Amino acid sequence: MNTGPQGFAELVSRPSPWLNGEGPFAGMVLSTRIRLARNLSGVPFTHRARDEQLMGVLSNVERAVKTSSAFANSITLHMSDMSGLERQVLVERHLVSHELGDGTRPRGIAIAADEKVSVMINEEDHLRLQVMAPGLQPAEAWTMADGADDDLGRSLDYAFSDEIGYLTSCPTNAGTGLRASVLIHLPALVLLKDIHQVLKSVMQVGLNVRGLYGEHSDVMGNLFQVSNQTTLGVSERDSIESLERVTRRIIDMEERARERMIRDARVQLEDKVWRGYGELRYCRSISSREVIELCSVVRMGAALGFPGLCPLRVLNELLIVTQPAHLQRQFGSEMTPAERNVYRARLVRERLEAAERTAGEDA
Amino acid sequence: MLCQICGKTAASVHFTEIHDNKMSEIHVCERCAEEKGLHTPARKHKFDIADLLADMVDSMTTTEEERVGHVQCPNCSLLYSQFRETGRVGCAECYNAFKFQLRPLLRRIHGSVDCKAKRPAHAGGDLSRARQLQRLHDELQRLVEHEEFERAAAVRDEIRKLQAEPPEPAERAG
Repeated sequence: MNTGPQGFAELVSRPSPWLNGEGPFAGMVLSTRIRLARNLSGVPFTHRARDEQLMGVLSNVERAVKTSSAFANSITLHMSDMSGLERQVLVERHLVSHELGDGTRPRGIAIAADEKVSVMINEEDHLRLQVMAPGLQPAEAWTMADGADDDLGRSLDYAFSDEIGYLTSCPTNAGTGLRASVLIHLPALVLLKDIHQVLKSVMQVGLNVRGLYGEHSDVMGNLFQVSNQTTLGVSERDSIESLERVTRRIIDMEERARERMIRDARVQLEDKVWRGYGELRYCRSISSREVIELCSVVRMGAALGFPGLCPLRVLNELLIVTQPAHLQRQFGSEMTPAERNVYRARLVRERLEAAERTAGEDA
Repeated sequence: MLCQICGKTAASVHFTEIHDNKMSEIHVCERCAEEKGLHTPARKHKFDIADLLADMVDSMTTTEEERVGHVQCPNCSLLYSQFRETGRVGCAECYNAFKFQLRPLLRRIHGSVDCKAKRPAHAGGDLSRARQLQRLHDELQRLVEHEEFERAAAVRDEIRKLQAEPPEPAERAG
């Protein structure tokens, strides 16, 4: 097992595999994520535990990870060994939460070699097991999470009661401790102003909707995170199936909205998509928010099969690599926001140019 | 910040609205949000709990409120009043210590208090093998439904292999 910065450098040098633009309904659903909250019995929850106790949790979980086949060839990182910038890189990659990334307490993360399975240690709960998969794959991701959870649960004694289930720091997670979510792109529903109605009905059936970076985050680039809300009185399978069912309904509605736009306003749509592409391809200074918004427009064109645009994978990766910490890491030192905008524009141009070159060679 | 609808009460609900593909932030109070049927996609759970807790306290007399606030977890010594402030319990034992207070809260959050969660694997090797088999059977059914017969055959073989293995004793470490 690799530990420390060597593993980190290797990890961040490659794109996140779960953003590869493949998987079912990849034109709309960027990724599926499963999170399981677990605590060790006999140790107070993270916010009430002393640092020595958290060190104990950290080493117990690390030991369990080493014997788990789901975590074969994984790397383990301790937040206290990492710089603020490095921790922020992990936040931007959706591997680490803001809470874990603050780095002031004994906290860590173990990440499987393929980045699909990871476990945050001493976040709000002692363990936050995560599985990420490209496209809409709740059942597959659940199978993987369930297996990894059993792997760790064989050597760790989880806080569990027969009446409630898994006991968590926040009562909103008690029971299954499961949060299953999909990151879905709904530009046509937003443009046609049907989005409110859709989100309202999603919430009426007990699901939750948030922005790209989870709790507190704004909706950007027409990207929505839909997730289950309840964890008691439902089994894990119930939650997974209801998320899949509702997501498929949203996909249908978005598909119909896209068809309507193509039918009624093809020229305007093509114009919008290609202007967006042009801005990205030739910009000289650009904010990360602009990148997200423009990628959204181009993504819709790419998903609709407009010829000549870059693959979805390139757009997905741009969402991550143009974020401030990724940029500064690649640049090698801290930058002012204005410097970042210039460097970001260069990176976006280079990526799109490379994609055009590859497409030209393939043709 | 005051509510943008009534302008009287402090805004406690914040959300993002999309109109004409433009995004705007709206800040309103709980009552106006409720009345206008506005939904709250970006709200943090903690506040949901705080709201529910506040509701429950409203229905109590001052003496009851004080008494409940002094209930303490014997394991981590968290007071119920501290939980009410943070929305976080201190340890697994708190679920027992605050049982009478938490039960109605859990019911209001989840609509139910029945445990339907999977059991932890450390309950025993055999049990976890049974779970593993259950999982493989589920996977097999799903693959057959999706007509992915090649992968289904591989899962079927895995089930047969697992069924043929002698049961393992439960292993426990650190």
